[in-house]
Amino acid sequence: MDGVADAQRRHFCLRTARLGGALVLAMTVPAIGAAAPRQRPAARRAELNAWLVIGTDDSITVLVDRSEMGQGVYTALPMLLAEELEIDLTAIEILAAPVGDAYVNAANGGQITGTSNSVTDAWDRLRTAGAQARSMLIAAAAAKWRMPAEQCRARRGRIENARGQTLRYGQLAEAAARIPVPKQVPLKPRSAFTLIGTSQPRLDTPGKVNGSAQFGMDLQLPGMLYAAIALSPVLGGRALAVEPGAAAAMPGVRRVLETPHGVVVVADHFWQAVKARDALAIRWDPGPNAQLDNAAIWALLDRAAAANPGLSAKHSGDVSEALRSAHRRFSAVYRLPMLAHATMEPMNCTADVKGGRCDLYVGTQVQQLAQAAAAQAADLAPARVDVHTTLLGGGFGRRLEVDFIPAAVAASKALAAPVKLIWTREDDMTHDPYRPPAREEIRAGLGADGSLLAWQLHVTSPSITARFDPTNKDPFDSVIEYVQNYPYAVPNFGLTYTRQEIGIDVGYLRSVSHAPNCFAVESSMDELAAAAGKDPLDFRLGLLQAKPRQARVIRLAAQRAGWRRTAPGRHLGIAFMEGYTSVIAQVAEVSVSGAQLELHKITCVVDCGQMVNPRIVESQIASGIVFGLSAALWGEVTIRAGRVRETNFNTYRMLRADEMPDIDVLLLPSDATPGGIGELAVGPVAPAICNALFAATGRRFRSLPLAAQGITLA
Amino acid sequence: MALLSVNDRTLDVDAAPDTPLLWVLRDHLSMTGTKYGCGQALCGACTVHVDGVATRSCVLPLRALAGRRVTTIEGLSPERSHAVQRAWIELDVPQCGYCQSGQIMSAAALLAGKPNPSDAEIDAAMAGNICRCGTYPRIRKAIHRASELLSRERES
Repeated sequence: MDGVADAQRRHFCLRTARLGGALVLAMTVPAIGAAAPRQRPAARRAELNAWLVIGTDDSITVLVDRSEMGQGVYTALPMLLAEELEIDLTAIEILAAPVGDAYVNAANGGQITGTSNSVTDAWDRLRTAGAQARSMLIAAAAAKWRMPAEQCRARRGRIENARGQTLRYGQLAEAAARIPVPKQVPLKPRSAFTLIGTSQPRLDTPGKVNGSAQFGMDLQLPGMLYAAIALSPVLGGRALAVEPGAAAAMPGVRRVLETPHGVVVVADHFWQAVKARDALAIRWDPGPNAQLDNAAIWALLDRAAAANPGLSAKHSGDVSEALRSAHRRFSAVYRLPMLAHATMEPMNCTADVKGGRCDLYVGTQVQQLAQAAAAQAADLAPARVDVHTTLLGGGFGRRLEVDFIPAAVAASKALAAPVKLIWTREDDMTHDPYRPPAREEIRAGLGADGSLLAWQLHVTSPSITARFDPTNKDPFDSVIEYVQNYPYAVPNFGLTYTRQEIGIDVGYLRSVSHAPNCFAVESSMDELAAAAGKDPLDFRLGLLQAKPRQARVIRLAAQRAGWRRTAPGRHLGIAFMEGYTSVIAQVAEVSVSGAQLELHKITCVVDCGQMVNPRIVESQIASGIVFGLSAALWGEVTIRAGRVRETNFNTYRMLRADEMPDIDVLLLPSDATPGGIGELAVGPVAPAICNALFAATGRRFRSLPLAAQGITLA
Repeated sequence: MALLSVNDRTLDVDAAPDTPLLWVLRDHLSMTGTKYGCGQALCGACTVHVDGVATRSCVLPLRALAGRRVTTIEGLSPERSHAVQRAWIELDVPQCGYCQSGQIMSAAALLAGKPNPSDAEIDAAMAGNICRCGTYPRIRKAIHRASELLSRERES
């Protein structure tokens, strides 16, 4: 017996047994559509492993343990399992997996969807799970037919033998589930793939085109109440006194409840809750951030950087000496602002505390953390909290946080009813763990012949990980991404980090430190090329002789974008990034007229290893580019007297359909283990555009957003 | 109490007259296909048709709907059969999907008035619908595809 797999299966079975056997499948929140799984009272279900349940009616249910926020895991992960299990994708039902040890992503330290590594993490595990289940089904058939397993094969949901007999998976499932999970199962060679590598239609698309797909915001339960919350206008403040006043008597209002997280108004309907919330008179203690503004934040970072050379993350040679003797010295400070996550679906959570248990319905990227937060708020053991993960209307790392959960749970407990608590867009935009501001100081040295002799980056920023996971003692976690793999050949290299907190929570935002560091690295490489009198492409390629994979994407992107063949009035800028074990290069094509920027095209070349579903990969690359564009052009959170000025999409601008450049993506085929793609394309966008702006105008942009420096989109 | 015509049915709604149509649909009528994104008609996620016109339901109070006919994403077609929905499925347009009800309703209204829109006309009609996932390239392709499907239907 394979102890680990068997223990996983036993654990899963025990869970469902405790829940009443078929309860997992009767969850009120089906993963991808509003239609509940068809009731099949006569069918029994067999759990072959933590991800696969087969019914005696031939139903195949795949439990997906990563959260779907648009990146396509609800399709890509089942594809891995289905490939080995020999089933049609259209035959399966998807359910979101509950909290469970089997669902942990070890690279992320828990049951967490993030770091663009869901497919990388599942690549072996889910294919193996599919192959093991297939093997068990074959063994069950072979036993029934009393013939060797070698004479049986799996095909499209059935086991067949040489005599022409077939048995459906539904007929074999219960017997198969009793067979010991095989330790060694061969996986298909790439040449035998029928699903992996093909652009299978997404399984969640049908529900998303007719309004039936359920996001957290859409949950409805019998007797459910709605809640709105008053959050401290100054970040980090708290309510001192609440005068419910007229609010408590407004139509539909059931309760005004003070919680550590804010003042909650519970009502029959959300509109009633919001109106009553707005009518509350609350005296706030502004807390420590009443004088905080962006100038103060930059002053903190500048002082810290000046006082503190930083902890060394990586070094080679002797940078100081090399700089001293360099023919030409270069230094620059790049500044990256705070950004809001701005998912299309604002934060929300539905909690139902009853009978000593809590059901939590939430779009979350962190099932275990959500469970723990709810458990604490309800004063229950975590095992008594069931987390039902819905679709996420955008994640971008915002839904790694659990700050919006406890108030919903407290309200449900207080009212002994299910409560859906919704943050308005204004609540969401002004109370976000923003992407941290980053001060990136580069010093470099060139030889007389334009060779790169020394390059060093000193990053100064607050630490997300220090707050999010205090048990993680790596001081460099999530602050030196991309630059820790600085690809360009240089004999003297330095990378240091100074942690400087700014008094407010900062959070992981799509690509985390890849984008800020990529801006610094790729802008500086462009500036150094100019100082060396070299073409930015040639300068980079000259330093990548030992990095063929990296050089290839840069060369191809430049070629494809028409480097040195641009039409008059058009200018190109290039940027490269390595992250998530993938590599990517982008070229931006622009025209400039005064302060007006016209964005014509972004050309992008990606090498991300084996692609599971190429169309999903392409979508994610385009998605990351659009995300990076909004940030480059307009993205900035402005704090004044501790309050965030940006409240909605009029003050926090997003790229719209009529502002899109052409996007041309080339995906390079590869046999390598799948790399990450969800966040990959965000980083190179801003430096590519700024490098193009330099080519067009001779003006360097060392900070973002461009709008703050007078650049408008034509 | 108010009578509201939604998807060709007349429904009795017990909501205050200033309640935005968006919340009437979602909370009172349990029709959650129409989404809340901003509450200020800035993002388009709440788009429905009122008498066939694409309208932001988050700023339209119930009292303004007397005698008017509302169509939501749920009522756009039986079984996802509208050309826009078929094109959306064919091209796998949605990613997170949260904005897509609004996108589809805007696109359907566009095509009802302009069956063969140019890229510029598409951009102008769709500029009010934000997609944070950046599905704009696929949306534009899908609108052209839907236009094609519609013209085939007209021919046959």
